[in-house]
Amino acid sequence: MKVAIGVNGRQVEAEVEDRLLLVHFVREVAGLTATNIGCDTTSCGACTVLLDGESVKSCTVLAAQADGCEVTTCEGLTGSDGRWHAVQRGFHAEHGVQCGFCTPGMIMAAVSLLAENPDPTEAQVRAGLEGNICRCTGYHNIVRAVLAAARDGRLPGGGSPAGAADPAEEPA
Amino acid sequence: MIPAPFTYRRARTVEEAVDLAAEAGDEGKFLAGGHSLLPLMKLRFAVPEVLIDIGRLAELSYIRDEDGHIAVGALTRHHDLEHSALLAAELPLLARAAGAVGDPQVRHRGTIGGSLVHADAASDLPAVGLALDATLVARGPSGSREIAMTDFFRGLFETALEPGELLTEIRIRRPAERGWSFQKFTKRAIDWAIVGVAVQGGRVALVNMDSVPARAGGVERALAAGDGPAAAAAHAAEGTSPVSDINASAAYREHLARVLTARALAEAASRN
Repeated sequence: MKVAIGVNGRQVEAEVEDRLLLVHFVREVAGLTATNIGCDTTSCGACTVLLDGESVKSCTVLAAQADGCEVTTCEGLTGSDGRWHAVQRGFHAEHGVQCGFCTPGMIMAAVSLLAENPDPTEAQVRAGLEGNICRCTGYHNIVRAVLAAARDGRLPGGGSPAGAADPAEEPA
Repeated sequence: MIPAPFTYRRARTVEEAVDLAAEAGDEGKFLAGGHSLLPLMKLRFAVPEVLIDIGRLAELSYIRDEDGHIAVGALTRHHDLEHSALLAAELPLLARAAGAVGDPQVRHRGTIGGSLVHADAASDLPAVGLALDATLVARGPSGSREIAMTDFFRGLFETALEPGELLTEIRIRRPAERGWSFQKFTKRAIDWAIVGVAVQGGRVALVNMDSVPARAGGVERALAAGDGPAAAAAHAAEGTSPVSDINASAAYREHLARVLTARALAEAASRN
Protein backbone atom coordinates (compact mmCIF):
# COMPACT_ATOMS: atom_id res chain seq x y z
CA MET A 1 0.00 0.00 0.00
CA LYS A 2 1.00 3.63 -0.32
CA VAL A 3 1.76 5.41 2.93
CA ALA A 4 2.68 9.01 3.71
CA ILE A 5 4.26 9.47 7.11
CA GLY A 6 5.74 12.65 8.51
CA VAL A 7 9.16 11.80 9.89
CA ASN A 8 10.80 14.58 11.88
CA GLY A 9 8.81 17.13 9.92
CA ARG A 10 9.66 15.67 6.50
CA GLN A 11 6.90 13.94 4.55
CA VAL A 12 8.04 10.44 3.51
CA GLU A 13 5.84 8.72 0.92
CA ALA A 14 6.44 5.17 -0.22
CA GLU A 15 4.75 2.09 -1.62
CA VAL A 16 5.31 -0.52 1.09
CA GLU A 17 4.23 -4.03 1.97
CA ASP A 18 1.10 -4.05 4.13
CA ARG A 19 3.06 -5.96 6.77
CA LEU A 20 5.96 -3.49 7.00
CA LEU A 21 6.69 -2.53 10.61
CA LEU A 22 7.13 1.14 11.49
CA VAL A 23 10.67 0.54 12.76
CA HIS A 24 11.67 -0.84 9.35
CA PHE A 25 9.98 2.11 7.65
CA VAL A 26 11.97 4.52 9.80
CA ARG A 27 15.30 2.74 9.31
CA GLU A 28 15.06 1.48 5.74
CA VAL A 29 12.60 3.76 3.96
CA ALA A 30 13.26 7.06 5.76
CA GLY A 31 16.92 6.05 6.19
CA LEU A 32 17.17 7.09 9.85
CA THR A 33 19.11 4.58 11.93
CA ALA A 34 19.16 6.12 15.42
CA THR A 35 16.11 3.96 16.20
CA ASN A 36 17.45 0.53 17.13
CA ILE A 37 15.84 -2.89 16.92
CA GLY A 38 16.58 -4.69 20.17
CA CYS A 39 14.30 -7.47 21.32
CA ASP A 40 11.73 -7.15 18.51
CA THR A 41 9.08 -8.34 21.01
CA THR A 42 7.67 -5.12 22.56
CA SER A 43 9.85 -5.58 25.63
CA CYS A 44 13.10 -3.61 25.49
CA GLY A 45 12.05 -0.19 24.22
CA ALA A 46 15.13 0.37 22.02
CA CYS A 47 12.83 1.11 19.06
CA THR A 48 10.79 3.75 20.91
CA VAL A 49 9.71 6.69 18.75
CA LEU A 50 7.01 9.33 19.16
CA LEU A 51 3.82 8.72 17.17
CA ASP A 52 1.81 11.94 17.13
CA GLY A 53 3.80 13.02 20.18
CA GLU A 54 3.45 9.87 22.30
CA SER A 55 6.01 7.14 22.87
CA VAL A 56 5.38 3.84 21.10
CA LYS A 57 7.46 0.76 20.38
CA SER A 58 7.88 0.94 16.63
CA CYS A 59 8.50 -2.83 16.34
CA THR A 60 4.84 -3.32 17.28
CA VAL A 61 3.21 -0.76 15.00
CA LEU A 62 2.58 -1.24 11.29
CA ALA A 63 3.72 1.49 8.94
CA ALA A 64 0.14 1.31 7.63
CA GLN A 65 -1.15 2.26 11.09
CA ALA A 66 1.10 5.34 11.06
CA ASP A 67 -0.07 6.46 7.62
CA GLY A 68 -0.89 10.15 7.82
CA CYS A 69 0.67 10.49 11.27
CA GLU A 70 3.74 12.32 12.52
CA VAL A 71 6.72 10.28 13.76
CA THR A 72 9.59 11.76 15.73
CA THR A 73 12.88 9.89 16.11
CA CYS A 74 15.95 10.81 18.09
CA GLU A 75 17.37 12.53 15.01
CA GLY A 76 14.37 14.85 15.03
CA LEU A 77 15.02 16.26 18.49
CA THR A 78 17.93 18.46 17.52
CA GLY A 79 16.78 21.94 16.51
CA SER A 80 17.41 23.34 13.05
CA ASP A 81 20.08 25.53 14.68
CA GLY A 82 21.90 22.39 15.81
CA ARG A 83 20.96 22.92 19.44
CA TRP A 84 20.22 19.74 21.34
CA HIS A 85 16.92 19.00 23.05
CA ALA A 86 16.87 19.33 26.86
CA VAL A 87 16.74 15.54 27.19
CA GLN A 88 19.77 15.10 24.93
CA ARG A 89 21.63 17.70 27.03
CA GLY A 90 20.60 15.86 30.20
CA PHE A 91 21.95 12.53 28.92
CA HIS A 92 25.20 14.26 27.95
CA ALA A 93 25.62 16.18 31.19
CA GLU A 94 24.80 13.24 33.47
CA HIS A 95 26.46 10.62 31.27
CA GLY A 96 23.23 8.64 30.90
CA VAL A 97 25.01 6.33 28.46
CA GLN A 98 27.10 3.19 28.66
CA CYS A 99 27.18 1.15 25.45
CA GLY A 100 24.58 3.48 23.94
CA PHE A 101 22.32 0.89 22.33
CA CYS A 102 19.28 1.71 24.46
CA THR A 103 19.95 5.46 24.44
CA PRO A 104 17.79 6.64 21.52
CA GLY A 105 14.80 4.70 22.88
CA MET A 106 15.45 5.93 26.43
CA ILE A 107 15.62 9.50 25.19
CA MET A 108 12.36 9.23 23.24
CA ALA A 109 10.61 7.58 26.21
CA ALA A 110 11.91 10.42 28.40
CA VAL A 111 10.68 13.08 25.97
CA SER A 112 7.20 11.51 26.06
CA LEU A 113 7.32 11.21 29.85
CA LEU A 114 8.27 14.87 30.32
CA ALA A 115 5.59 15.99 27.86
CA GLU A 116 3.02 14.30 30.09
CA ASN A 117 4.65 15.21 33.40
CA PRO A 118 7.16 18.10 33.17
CA ASP A 119 8.09 17.91 36.85
CA PRO A 120 8.41 14.22 37.75
CA THR A 121 9.74 12.79 40.98
CA GLU A 122 12.56 10.27 40.76
CA ALA A 123 10.03 7.48 41.34
CA GLN A 124 7.89 8.80 38.49
CA VAL A 125 10.90 8.85 36.18
CA ARG A 126 11.69 5.24 37.06
CA ALA A 127 8.07 4.21 36.48
CA GLY A 128 7.97 6.22 33.27
CA LEU A 129 10.97 4.34 31.92
CA GLU A 130 9.58 0.89 32.79
CA GLY A 131 9.29 0.05 29.12
CA ASN A 132 12.98 0.57 28.38
CA ILE A 133 15.72 -1.87 29.29
CA CYS A 134 19.40 -0.96 29.60
CA ARG A 135 21.47 -4.14 29.33
CA CYS A 136 24.44 -2.33 30.85
CA THR A 137 22.12 -1.67 33.84
CA GLY A 138 23.12 1.99 33.75
CA TYR A 139 19.82 3.18 35.17
CA HIS A 140 21.07 5.56 37.87
CA ASN A 141 22.64 8.00 35.43
CA ILE A 142 19.71 7.66 33.03
CA VAL A 143 17.31 8.68 35.81
CA ARG A 144 19.61 11.57 36.75
CA ALA A 145 19.70 12.61 33.09
CA VAL A 146 15.90 12.77 32.86
CA LEU A 147 15.63 14.71 36.13
CA ALA A 148 18.29 17.14 34.82
CA ALA A 149 16.32 17.52 31.59
CA ALA A 150 13.18 18.29 33.59
CA ARG A 151 15.01 21.03 35.53
CA ASP A 152 16.52 22.31 32.28
CA GLY A 153 13.17 22.36 30.49
CA ARG A 154 11.54 24.35 33.30
CA LEU A 155 13.97 27.26 32.93
CA PRO A 156 12.62 30.26 30.99
CA GLY A 157 12.94 29.48 27.31
CA GLY A 158 13.95 25.91 28.09
CA GLY A 159 17.58 26.96 28.19
CA SER A 160 20.49 25.32 29.93
CA PRO A 161 21.06 26.05 33.62
CA ALA A 162 23.46 28.90 34.23
CA GLY A 163 27.03 27.68 34.24
CA ALA A 164 26.18 24.32 32.63
CA ALA A 165 28.01 23.54 29.44
CA ASP A 166 25.84 23.49 26.36
CA PRO A 167 27.25 20.60 24.30
CA ALA A 168 26.06 22.18 21.08
CA GLU A 169 28.60 24.91 21.70
CA GLU A 170 31.44 22.50 22.37
CA PRO A 171 33.86 21.53 19.63
CA ALA A 172 33.07 18.14 18.14
CA MET B 1 10.62 -10.81 12.90
CA ILE B 2 7.90 -9.80 10.48
CA PRO B 3 4.35 -11.07 10.17
CA ALA B 4 3.28 -13.35 7.33
CA PRO B 5 1.82 -11.41 4.41
CA PHE B 6 -1.72 -10.10 4.80
CA THR B 7 -4.01 -7.54 3.22
CA TYR B 8 -4.50 -4.39 5.26
CA ARG B 9 -7.94 -2.75 5.22
CA ARG B 10 -8.81 0.37 7.17
CA ALA B 11 -12.35 0.87 8.42
CA ARG B 12 -13.73 4.41 8.57
CA THR B 13 -16.92 3.55 10.47
CA VAL B 14 -18.15 0.74 12.69
CA GLU B 15 -20.54 -0.30 9.91
CA GLU B 16 -17.68 -0.51 7.43
CA ALA B 17 -15.62 -2.55 9.91
CA VAL B 18 -18.45 -5.07 10.29
CA ASP B 19 -18.91 -5.19 6.51
CA LEU B 20 -15.20 -5.74 5.90
CA ALA B 21 -15.18 -8.52 8.50
CA ALA B 22 -18.14 -10.22 6.82
CA GLU B 23 -16.34 -9.97 3.49
CA ALA B 24 -13.11 -11.43 4.92
CA GLY B 25 -14.90 -14.29 6.69
CA ASP B 26 -12.73 -16.68 8.71
CA GLU B 27 -9.52 -15.17 7.34
CA GLY B 28 -10.14 -11.70 8.79
CA LYS B 29 -9.08 -10.23 12.12
CA PHE B 30 -9.81 -6.83 13.64
CA LEU B 31 -6.72 -4.77 14.50
CA ALA B 32 -7.18 -2.29 17.35
CA GLY B 33 -3.98 -1.14 19.10
CA GLY B 34 -2.25 -4.28 17.89
CA HIS B 35 -0.36 -4.95 21.11
CA SER B 36 -1.71 -8.46 21.53
CA LEU B 37 -2.26 -9.37 17.88
CA LEU B 38 0.91 -8.04 16.18
CA PRO B 39 3.29 -9.88 18.55
CA LEU B 40 1.38 -13.10 17.85
CA MET B 41 1.56 -12.43 14.10
CA LYS B 42 5.31 -11.78 14.28
CA LEU B 43 5.70 -15.18 15.95
CA ARG B 44 3.35 -16.64 13.27
CA PHE B 45 1.03 -17.92 15.99
CA ALA B 46 -1.63 -15.86 14.24
CA VAL B 47 -1.69 -15.76 10.44
CA PRO B 48 -4.76 -13.78 9.35
CA GLU B 49 -5.05 -13.08 5.63
CA VAL B 50 -6.92 -9.82 6.14
CA LEU B 51 -6.36 -7.27 8.89
CA ILE B 52 -9.21 -4.82 9.40
CA ASP B 53 -7.76 -1.78 11.15
CA ILE B 54 -10.36 -0.26 13.46
CA GLY B 55 -7.74 1.86 15.25
CA ARG B 56 -9.05 5.15 13.88
CA LEU B 57 -12.69 4.71 14.84
CA ALA B 58 -12.76 7.68 17.22
CA GLU B 59 -16.44 6.94 17.80
CA LEU B 60 -15.35 3.91 19.88
CA SER B 61 -12.97 5.84 22.15
CA TYR B 62 -14.77 7.40 25.12
CA ILE B 63 -15.50 7.13 28.82
CA ARG B 64 -19.01 8.37 29.59
CA ASP B 65 -21.14 8.79 32.66
CA GLU B 66 -24.44 7.26 31.52
CA ASP B 67 -27.64 6.79 33.42
CA GLY B 68 -26.74 4.25 36.09
CA HIS B 69 -23.51 3.02 34.55
CA ILE B 70 -20.18 4.04 33.10
CA ALA B 71 -19.80 3.35 29.37
CA VAL B 72 -16.30 2.74 28.03
CA GLY B 73 -15.72 2.59 24.28
CA ALA B 74 -13.88 -0.57 23.23
CA LEU B 75 -11.08 1.42 21.60
CA THR B 76 -10.28 3.43 24.73
CA ARG B 77 -6.56 3.07 25.36
CA HIS B 78 -5.06 1.92 28.66
CA HIS B 79 -3.41 5.37 28.88
CA ASP B 80 -6.81 7.07 28.72
CA LEU B 81 -8.32 4.73 31.33
CA GLU B 82 -5.33 5.33 33.60
CA HIS B 83 -5.73 9.13 33.44
CA SER B 84 -9.52 9.41 33.43
CA ALA B 85 -10.86 11.63 36.24
CA LEU B 86 -14.28 9.97 35.85
CA LEU B 87 -12.81 6.48 36.36
CA ALA B 88 -10.62 7.68 39.24
CA ALA B 89 -13.79 8.82 40.99
CA GLU B 90 -16.22 6.08 39.96
CA LEU B 91 -14.22 2.97 39.01
CA PRO B 92 -10.75 3.36 40.52
CA LEU B 93 -10.13 -0.39 40.12
CA LEU B 94 -10.22 -0.03 36.33
CA ALA B 95 -8.05 3.10 36.28
CA ARG B 96 -5.47 1.51 38.59
CA ALA B 97 -5.31 -1.80 36.73
CA ALA B 98 -5.07 -0.11 33.31
CA GLY B 99 -2.12 1.89 34.63
CA ALA B 100 -0.40 -1.39 35.56
CA VAL B 101 -0.68 -2.92 32.06
CA GLY B 102 2.69 -3.28 30.33
CA ASP B 103 4.55 0.01 30.18
CA PRO B 104 3.83 3.58 29.01
CA GLN B 105 4.48 2.75 25.35
CA VAL B 106 2.13 -0.24 25.48
CA ARG B 107 -0.51 1.86 27.25
CA HIS B 108 -0.30 4.48 24.49
CA ARG B 109 -1.44 1.84 21.96
CA GLY B 110 -3.26 -1.00 23.72
CA THR B 111 -7.03 -0.80 24.18
CA ILE B 112 -9.48 -2.21 26.71
CA GLY B 113 -11.49 -3.92 23.97
CA GLY B 114 -8.42 -5.49 22.43
CA SER B 115 -7.34 -6.82 25.80
CA LEU B 116 -10.76 -8.32 26.56
CA VAL B 117 -11.29 -10.02 23.20
CA HIS B 118 -7.74 -11.39 23.23
CA ALA B 119 -8.97 -13.25 26.34
CA ASP B 120 -5.55 -14.02 27.73
CA ALA B 121 -5.97 -15.33 31.28
CA ALA B 122 -2.59 -13.74 32.09
CA SER B 123 -3.83 -10.24 31.14
CA ASP B 124 -5.08 -7.87 33.80
CA LEU B 125 -8.22 -6.36 32.33
CA PRO B 126 -10.22 -9.60 31.84
CA ALA B 127 -10.05 -10.19 35.61
CA VAL B 128 -10.96 -6.55 36.25
CA GLY B 129 -13.95 -6.85 33.93
CA LEU B 130 -15.08 -9.92 35.87
CA ALA B 131 -14.64 -8.23 39.25
CA LEU B 132 -16.66 -5.27 37.97
CA ASP B 133 -19.33 -7.61 36.52
CA ALA B 134 -19.26 -5.64 33.28
CA THR B 135 -21.63 -6.06 30.35
CA LEU B 136 -20.16 -6.13 26.86
CA VAL B 137 -21.83 -4.75 23.76
CA ALA B 138 -20.98 -6.38 20.43
CA ARG B 139 -21.99 -5.35 16.91
CA GLY B 140 -22.39 -7.91 14.16
CA PRO B 141 -24.01 -8.11 10.74
CA SER B 142 -27.43 -8.60 12.37
CA GLY B 143 -27.13 -5.78 14.90
CA SER B 144 -25.98 -5.26 18.48
CA ARG B 145 -26.29 -7.53 21.46
CA GLU B 146 -25.20 -7.55 25.09
CA ILE B 147 -23.02 -10.26 26.62
CA ALA B 148 -22.52 -10.64 30.36
CA MET B 149 -18.87 -10.69 31.36
CA THR B 150 -19.46 -14.00 33.18
CA ASP B 151 -20.55 -15.57 29.84
CA PHE B 152 -17.77 -14.03 27.74
CA PHE B 153 -14.70 -16.21 28.29
CA ARG B 154 -15.31 -19.66 26.83
CA GLY B 155 -11.93 -21.36 26.61
CA LEU B 156 -8.24 -20.79 25.94
CA PHE B 157 -8.14 -17.45 24.02
CA GLU B 158 -11.78 -18.07 23.13
CA THR B 159 -14.73 -15.74 23.70
CA ALA B 160 -18.48 -15.66 23.11
CA LEU B 161 -18.03 -13.32 20.13
CA GLU B 162 -19.31 -14.76 16.87
CA PRO B 163 -17.05 -14.57 13.79
CA GLY B 164 -17.25 -11.03 12.42
CA GLU B 165 -18.67 -9.57 15.63
CA LEU B 166 -16.99 -6.42 16.92
CA LEU B 167 -16.84 -5.49 20.61
CA THR B 168 -17.97 -1.86 20.77
CA GLU B 169 -18.61 -0.95 24.40
CA ILE B 170 -18.03 -2.04 27.98
CA ARG B 171 -20.79 -1.07 30.43
CA ILE B 172 -20.13 -1.08 34.14
CA ARG B 173 -22.68 -0.32 36.81
CA ARG B 174 -21.52 1.86 39.69
CA PRO B 175 -20.41 -0.65 42.34
CA ALA B 176 -22.70 -0.86 45.35
CA GLU B 177 -19.73 -1.87 47.49
CA ARG B 178 -16.95 0.67 47.01
CA GLY B 179 -14.00 -1.28 48.43
CA TRP B 180 -11.56 -2.30 45.70
CA SER B 181 -8.02 -3.55 45.21
CA PHE B 182 -5.76 -4.68 42.41
CA GLN B 183 -2.73 -6.81 43.25
CA LYS B 184 -0.23 -7.97 40.66
CA PHE B 185 2.95 -9.92 41.22
CA THR B 186 5.63 -9.67 38.54
CA LYS B 187 9.38 -10.12 38.34
CA ARG B 188 9.80 -7.07 36.09
CA ALA B 189 7.36 -4.17 35.94
CA ILE B 190 6.47 -4.81 32.28
CA ASP B 191 5.79 -8.53 32.63
CA TRP B 192 2.47 -10.28 32.66
CA ALA B 193 1.30 -11.06 36.17
CA ILE B 194 2.64 -14.32 37.58
CA VAL B 195 -0.57 -14.05 39.58
CA GLY B 196 -2.93 -11.11 40.03
CA VAL B 197 -6.15 -10.40 41.91
CA ALA B 198 -8.90 -7.88 41.25
CA VAL B 199 -11.44 -7.15 43.98
CA GLN B 200 -14.55 -4.98 43.89
CA GLY B 201 -16.74 -5.37 46.96
CA GLY B 202 -17.54 -9.07 47.28
CA ARG B 203 -16.43 -9.97 43.75
CA VAL B 204 -12.97 -11.45 43.34
CA ALA B 205 -11.27 -12.44 40.07
CA LEU B 206 -7.85 -13.96 39.48
CA VAL B 207 -5.21 -13.28 36.83
CA ASN B 208 -3.26 -16.22 35.41
CA MET B 209 -4.63 -18.97 37.66
CA ASP B 210 -6.34 -20.93 34.88
CA SER B 211 -6.55 -21.17 31.11
CA VAL B 212 -9.56 -18.85 31.22
CA PRO B 213 -10.06 -15.61 33.20
CA ALA B 214 -12.28 -16.56 36.13
CA ARG B 215 -13.85 -15.42 39.38
CA ALA B 216 -12.64 -16.94 42.64
CA GLY B 217 -15.91 -18.61 43.63
CA GLY B 218 -14.64 -20.13 46.87
CA VAL B 219 -13.47 -16.74 48.13
CA GLU B 220 -16.71 -15.02 47.12
CA ARG B 221 -18.83 -17.67 48.89
CA ALA B 222 -16.70 -17.40 52.04
CA LEU B 223 -17.07 -13.59 52.03
CA ALA B 224 -20.83 -13.91 51.54
CA ALA B 225 -20.94 -16.30 54.51
CA GLY B 226 -19.28 -13.65 56.68
CA ASP B 227 -15.65 -14.76 56.63
CA GLY B 228 -12.99 -12.09 57.11
CA PRO B 229 -10.26 -11.39 54.53
CA ALA B 230 -7.74 -13.92 55.85
CA ALA B 231 -10.22 -16.79 56.16
CA ALA B 232 -11.82 -16.06 52.78
CA ALA B 233 -8.45 -15.76 51.03
CA ALA B 234 -7.57 -19.31 52.09
CA HIS B 235 -10.02 -20.46 49.37
CA ALA B 236 -8.32 -18.50 46.57
CA ALA B 237 -6.78 -21.47 44.75
CA GLU B 238 -9.87 -23.69 44.99
CA GLY B 239 -10.99 -24.95 41.62
CA THR B 240 -8.09 -23.34 39.75
CA SER B 241 -5.55 -25.13 37.55
CA PRO B 242 -2.57 -22.81 37.13
CA VAL B 243 0.29 -23.69 34.83
CA SER B 244 3.86 -24.43 35.85
CA ASP B 245 6.27 -22.43 33.73
CA ILE B 246 9.61 -20.64 33.82
CA ASN B 247 8.24 -18.05 36.24
CA ALA B 248 6.55 -20.23 38.82
CA SER B 249 5.33 -23.72 39.64
CA ALA B 250 1.61 -24.36 39.97
CA ALA B 251 2.01 -24.77 43.74
CA TYR B 252 3.80 -21.45 44.00
CA ARG B 253 1.01 -19.78 42.02
CA GLU B 254 -1.58 -21.30 44.36
CA HIS B 255 0.33 -19.90 47.32
CA LEU B 256 0.61 -16.50 45.64
CA ALA B 257 -3.11 -16.46 44.90
CA ARG B 258 -3.88 -16.93 48.59
CA VAL B 259 -1.36 -14.29 49.72
CA LEU B 260 -2.38 -11.69 47.13
CA THR B 261 -6.08 -12.31 47.73
CA ALA B 262 -5.60 -11.75 51.47
CA ARG B 263 -3.81 -8.48 50.74
CA ALA B 264 -6.44 -7.44 48.22
CA LEU B 265 -9.36 -8.19 50.53
CA ALA B 266 -7.72 -6.33 53.41
CA GLU B 267 -7.04 -3.32 51.20
CA ALA B 268 -10.56 -3.39 49.76
CA ALA B 269 -12.03 -3.56 53.28
CA SER B 270 -9.95 -0.52 54.28
CA ARG B 271 -11.51 1.42 51.39
CA ASN B 272 -15.14 0.58 52.16
